[in-house]
Amino acid sequence: MATVARERVAATAPPEKGGRGISWTALIWIAPAVLLIVAFFIYPLIQTLIYSFENADSTKFVGFKNYIFIGTDPDMIEALRNNLLWLVLGTLLTVGLGLIIAVLVDRVKIEAIIKSALFIPMAISFVGASVIWKFVYDYSPQIGLLNAFLGLFHVPQQAWLQNPAIDNFALIVIYTWMWTGFSMVIISAALKGIPDDVIEAAKMDGAGRFTMFWSIMMPMIGPTLGVVATTMIINILKIFDVIYVETGGNYGTDVVAMEFYTRAFTDLDYGKGSALAILLTVVIIPVMIINVRRMRREEQGR
Amino acid sequence: MSVTEQPAVSSVRAKALAQPREGGVFLRSFNNSLVTILVVVVAVLWSIPTFGLFISSFRPPQAIASSGWWTGLLPPWQFTIQNYVNVIQSSGMGQAFLSSLIISIPATILPMLLGAFAAYAFAWMRFPFRNALFFGVVAMLVVPNQIALAPILTIFTQLGLTGQYAALWIAHTAFGLPFAVFLLRNFFAALPKDLLESAYIDGASNFRTFWTIIIPLSVPALASLAIFQFMWVWNDLLIALIFVGSNPAHAPMTVVVANLVGSYGEDWQLLTAASFLMMILPLVVFFSMQRYFIRGILAGSVKG
Repeated sequence: MATVARERVAATAPPEKGGRGISWTALIWIAPAVLLIVAFFIYPLIQTLIYSFENADSTKFVGFKNYIFIGTDPDMIEALRNNLLWLVLGTLLTVGLGLIIAVLVDRVKIEAIIKSALFIPMAISFVGASVIWKFVYDYSPQIGLLNAFLGLFHVPQQAWLQNPAIDNFALIVIYTWMWTGFSMVIISAALKGIPDDVIEAAKMDGAGRFTMFWSIMMPMIGPTLGVVATTMIINILKIFDVIYVETGGNYGTDVVAMEFYTRAFTDLDYGKGSALAILLTVVIIPVMIINVRRMRREEQGR
Repeated sequence: MSVTEQPAVSSVRAKALAQPREGGVFLRSFNNSLVTILVVVVAVLWSIPTFGLFISSFRPPQAIASSGWWTGLLPPWQFTIQNYVNVIQSSGMGQAFLSSLIISIPATILPMLLGAFAAYAFAWMRFPFRNALFFGVVAMLVVPNQIALAPILTIFTQLGLTGQYAALWIAHTAFGLPFAVFLLRNFFAALPKDLLESAYIDGASNFRTFWTIIIPLSVPALASLAIFQFMWVWNDLLIALIFVGSNPAHAPMTVVVANLVGSYGEDWQLLTAASFLMMILPLVVFFSMQRYFIRGILAGSVKG
């Protein structure tokens, strides 16, 4: 039986892995994972969708009221606006700095040490990072490094985490500190993946530094930049911990995931909380489609 | 999210781990030492905040409150481990550390195990809707966990699981599964076919093949996955807050430290030592297994 199967595989080399015909025991192998995924992804998706059309304790259908609330309530609009600021600035900073540093370290002998230094914050939780940055942002120049440093130049003290004009930026800096290492490592790998002969050929053709950058490097690492930026967007959409710890969403620093937590689990309003969760999910759907498409393409090429 | 870059990544990775190439791609005409100085400055800037907390955690309470940590670098030194002793003995931080461990270890092993089973079937067995199911799992990679929290909390409360470690074991296992299945399935599928074929010919069962061939060959992928899942669970705040936040006896370090920040001001010394205690394990894991960590990242690391 097995031999027969093997011959068939050898003869036709079907694209599928394994050559043992349909295996019903496979269902036992996938069952635990699939059941858990259904229970923690598919079922809640439907349930949350239902909650989002109901009132706070899910006893009455309210139509689109919760969604209208998200679109009109001043707190919600503030959260949406902040999330947008986060998305744009956080993505630009992490990808931009990651690219610059990756290009710089590419020619440095102590590359590994530099990369580690930038990478360490990734191992630290957002809670840990928030405590670390409390010592940077504290108002008192006895504790806060930033105010102490600026004090040297007679710059007045700033309430970095309480002043609505600057606190969102201060929080985005924490995120940038944590995630630039991630984008740097991925971009750096892509840079090293550019074949040497491509670069040599470009040099032979007399390509200058900027031609090299824009016409050779950028097109070759473009897809990688896209992947890194997408990762950042997904991260930032759900940004919660750092805001929960640093400001609790006060002083104009509210974001969608913070509102979600407050509405659903502090106010126990499952209606509004669920509508916010649905909003987060809907925004991510395009990424989901891109992922599956790419996966499918690769499967066909396998 | 490089999610699907697997095949391309292996060659990229080989290069990434190799020595830096002579002169870089772009900046070869700049002065080499100038660039070195620049990146060293960046690396130092990046390290200062963490270093500050580290120094602070060894300073006496009155010193933390009255002078910047940078002044503590100059003599007379007055470093002490008293903050750590206090934190472990008095503020329930020892229990929280234990809780973090009790939560993280099963919540790392379980998704790896269940994920590996499913990945094996997706890579090497034939069954109806195999690809559709696998693409379904891939689609779940980016779904925000927020979508699940309210309905699951309702169910957990009905089952009496809320506030129990088991709630977090189950939740983290489920939330970690799409990434585990995705990563392992791609790795398993890339293993040489001949190896498995000859095992089948020898009459080895799937179970035997899985444990004696697939698992030993997949140590690098399993290591990457273990690091990711462990760090993800250990560092998680939101899920712990919702499922065990109400029960201080079972709350992990992230929840306890986050609460401590809420009441900050006088307690800087507790906060510093507690935070470092919280970071120490992920940092050790990170330093000892950095290679696998970076491999895992290059192989794709999107999680909902």
